Amino acid sequence: MTSATTTAQAPPRRRRAPGSGRRLTVLHGAVGLVALFLVAELVSRAGLVNELYLPPASLVLLRVAELFVDPGFLAAIGATLQAWAIGLLVCVAVSVAIGVVLGSSRAAYSASRAVIEFLRPIPSVALIPLAILVLGNDTDMKVALIVFSASWPVLFNTIYGMHDVDPVAKLTAKSFGRGRISTLFSVSLPSAAPFIFTGIRIAASVALIVAVSAELLAGASEGLGRWMLDAGSTGNRADLVYAATIVAGLLGLVINGVLVLIERRFLSWQPALRDTAGSAR
Amino acid sequence: MTAVAARPPRVRTPGPRTRGGGSSRLRDFAVRWGALLVLGLLWEVAARFFASPFFPPVSRILERFAELWFTSDPASFFLTERVVTDLLPSLGRLLGGWSIAVVAGVLLGVALGRSRTLAGYVEPIIHFARAIPPPALIPIFFILLGIGDEMKISLIAFAVVWAVLLNTIDGVRSVETLHLDTGRVFDFSRAKVFFGIVLPSASPKIFAGMRVSLSVALIIMVISEMAASSQGIGFNIIIAQRTYRLLDMWAGILLLGILGYVLNALLAAVENRVTRWHRGAREGVS
Amino acid sequence: MTDTATEQSRGDLLTIEGLGHVYEGRNRFEAIGRLDFTVPEGSFVSIVGPSGCGKTTMLRCLSGLMRPTRGTVRLHGDEVHGVPRDLAIVFQDYSRSLFPWRTVGGNVAFVLPRRSMSPEERRARIEESLDAVGLAGSADKYPWQLSGGMQQRVAIARALAYRPRIMLMDEPFASVDAQTRAELEDLMLSVRDRFDMTILFVTHDIDESVYLADRVLVLSKSPSTIVASIDVDLPRPRDQVATREDEDFVRLRSEIARMIRDQSTKRAPAAVPPAA
Repeated sequence: MTSATTTAQAPPRRRRAPGSGRRLTVLHGAVGLVALFLVAELVSRAGLVNELYLPPASLVLLRVAELFVDPGFLAAIGATLQAWAIGLLVCVAVSVAIGVVLGSSRAAYSASRAVIEFLRPIPSVALIPLAILVLGNDTDMKVALIVFSASWPVLFNTIYGMHDVDPVAKLTAKSFGRGRISTLFSVSLPSAAPFIFTGIRIAASVALIVAVSAELLAGASEGLGRWMLDAGSTGNRADLVYAATIVAGLLGLVINGVLVLIERRFLSWQPALRDTAGSAR
Repeated sequence: MTAVAARPPRVRTPGPRTRGGGSSRLRDFAVRWGALLVLGLLWEVAARFFASPFFPPVSRILERFAELWFTSDPASFFLTERVVTDLLPSLGRLLGGWSIAVVAGVLLGVALGRSRTLAGYVEPIIHFARAIPPPALIPIFFILLGIGDEMKISLIAFAVVWAVLLNTIDGVRSVETLHLDTGRVFDFSRAKVFFGIVLPSASPKIFAGMRVSLSVALIIMVISEMAASSQGIGFNIIIAQRTYRLLDMWAGILLLGILGYVLNALLAAVENRVTRWHRGAREGVS
Repeated sequence: MTDTATEQSRGDLLTIEGLGHVYEGRNRFEAIGRLDFTVPEGSFVSIVGPSGCGKTTMLRCLSGLMRPTRGTVRLHGDEVHGVPRDLAIVFQDYSRSLFPWRTVGGNVAFVLPRRSMSPEERRARIEESLDAVGLAGSADKYPWQLSGGMQQRVAIARALAYRPRIMLMDEPFASVDAQTRAELEDLMLSVRDRFDMTILFVTHDIDESVYLADRVLVLSKSPSTIVASIDVDLPRPRDQVATREDEDFVRLRSEIARMIRDQSTKRAPAAVPPAA
C-alpha cells in the first residue's frame, strides 16, 4: 500500500479538546504577564533598582496611555510608518517581479547568484551613513534604505517558492492546454504565494528595524527613533523611554498580527495552516 | 512505485547543490565569481566616468581597505593596529552577545519546549519582546548600562535570543512522537532521549534560529557602535561619514560585508556537517 | 453497451505506429522499444506490464507532453504535436495534480474555456461533472478536506468537464485502498457508458485491467514492446463479484499474469540495439 503522495498528512494528534486547551493557554499567558508586571513594580518601588533606571511599571503603563494621545508622539510614529509602508510596497513589487523572472529561468538565476550572495551579507545598516550623505535626512533616504534591505527576504522566498512549484501541477496545466504564461499566473504564482508571503513578513520587520535605525542616526529626521533619542536625552525621563519602547513593541505586534490575518484570509489552503492545533506562530 | 521512478527528480532548493561531478562545481564557482568581477569592473568604469564623490572607484576603495587593515610587518601578522583597536572589539561584542543568546536560547528553549504549561505562561512575553524593533531598545539599554561594552553585549544578547528561543521551542516540540515512543519502547534513559533523540531532531530548526540571530546580531552591533561608541567598525563608518572621508566609509562597508559573509559561511559549514542526515532524509526519497 | 460490430464501424480514435523512446544523457536508456497499436473509438483499453516497462513514458508520448524519439501518434487521423484538445489525462498523484489553492469547483472550472462559456453554462458543467463522479454538492470544499478516493474523483470530474474524446489514465487508483479502488473502477465504467468515452487505462493491477477493459495490451520490460493484445469478451455490465468469479475472467487474468511474470524474470537486454 505504497503512497506516492508527498503531502500525505498524519491525522492530527490532540490530547484534549482544542477549545479548552486554547482558553487555558490564554489564561496562562495572562498570568505570566501579570506576574511580570508585579515583579517589575515591586523591584522598582522597593528601591532594589534606582528609580531613575527602572521606574515603577504602573507609572510606565500610565505613560503608555498618555502617549497614545500625544500628538507629537503620534506624528513621530506616523513618520516612521509612512517610510515603512512606502518602502515595503516598493520593495515587494520590485522583488516579486524580479524573483518570478529569476525563479522561472535557471540561466538568469545562476548568473545573478554571485551578485546576490555578495550584496546580501552587507548589513543594510552599514549603508545608513552613505544614504544620509547621498539622500539627506528624511523619508526618501529611509525609503531607499528599506527598499535595499527588505528586498532580500522577499526575493529569496519568491525564488524558492518558484522553484518549489510541483512539476505535476505544471504538467497538469499543460495537459489541459495552458501555455507558459498562463501556467505562470494560474499555477506557479499561487503555488509560490505562501513562500512569498513569508518573505513579506520578514521584510516587514526588517523594514521597521531599518527605519528606526536610520532615525536614530540621522540628526534632523523625524520618527520614532528620533523621538526616543530626544526623550532619552532630556534627562531623567526613563519612564517615557520605557513607554515608547513598549509602544514600539506593540506596533511590531500589530503589524505582524495584521499580516497573519491577511495570510489566514487568502492563503488558508497551504499545508502549514490546515492543522491549526495551537501553533506557536 | 514505478510511476515515481520514471519521473525526473525534483529540485527542492535554490541553494548551492553539488550535482554529480566536479566540473560543474568548477563552472558554478567560475560563473559566480566571474559575475562579481564583471560587476566590480562596471562600477570602476562608471565611477571614473561619473566621478561622483559618494561612489569612488572600486580600485581606490580596495587600496584604502588594504591601507587601513594590512601592513607589511610580519611581526603583527601583516595586520595593522587598527585591527586590534577596532575589529577585534567589534567581533568580541558580536560573538559575545550572540553566544550568550544561543546558550540561553537553547537551554530555555528546551525547557519550554518540553513543558507546554510553562511555555504557556511566558509565550506572550516572548512574542512581545521579540516584536520590539532592536534599535528601539538602544535608548533603554543606554539608560540602564551607559555606552560601554556590557551595554552592547547585553543589547545584542537581548535582541537576538528570541529567534533562537522560538526556533528551539519549535524544534523540540516537533520531534516525531514516533521517535520518542521508540525511545520508550527500548527503555532509553532520559539523558539518552535528550541527547540522542530530541537534540538531533531539533538541530535543523535550532541552527536556523542561530543563523537568523547571527545576522541580526551583526546589524545591532553595527547600529550600537554607530550610535553610542568610541571605537569599532560601526564607529569607524559613521565617523568617516561625518568627516566626509568617503573612502574610509566604503572600506568599512566592505569589511562588514566580508565579515558577514565569512561568519555566515562558517556557521553554514558547521551546520552542514552536523545536520547532514536531515538533508539526506528529505531529499533521498523523491 | 457496444458490441463488436458497432465498435469496428466506428473506427480507430488513436493510432500508434512504431513508437519508440530513448532517454539520452549520461546513461542512455531505451524506455520504449517499439509499440504499434490502435484504440478504437468508444472502447476501453487497458495496458499492463511489469515494473519498469516505460508505461509512464508511453503515456507522456501519447498525450503529447513529450516528443518520442521515433514513431507517430495519431488522434483521429491527425498527427499529435503537443497536447491535443480532445485528450485529457488523469494522473496517479491526485494530491499533486489538483490545485490546493482552489476549491473542488474551482479545480474543475480550471479546465473550462476562459471565454465562450457563460457563467450559467460553466456552473452547469461543473455540477454535471461532479454529479457524474458522485460528488454532487462538494464544489465549495477544498481538495485537502476530502479523502484520497474523493480527490481522485475530483481529478476524474475535472477531466470529464474538459469533454475530451479520449481519456488517458496513469495508474489512477494505485494510491487508494482496495475498497475505494473497487468503487472507482465501477465509476469509470459508468462514466464510459454515460459519456461514451474512449479510455486508455494504464495499470499494474492485472485483475483491474481485465475487469475494466474490452482489450488488454501486455507490455514487455524496457525497451518495451507489445507482448500480447488480448480481447476481453466478458459480458457487460461488469460486476465486482460475479465477473471476477467468471471462469473466462480467471483464465484471462492467469494468462496475463504468467506473461508478466515471464517478462519480469527475463533479463533486460545489455546493449541497446542500433536503430533499425
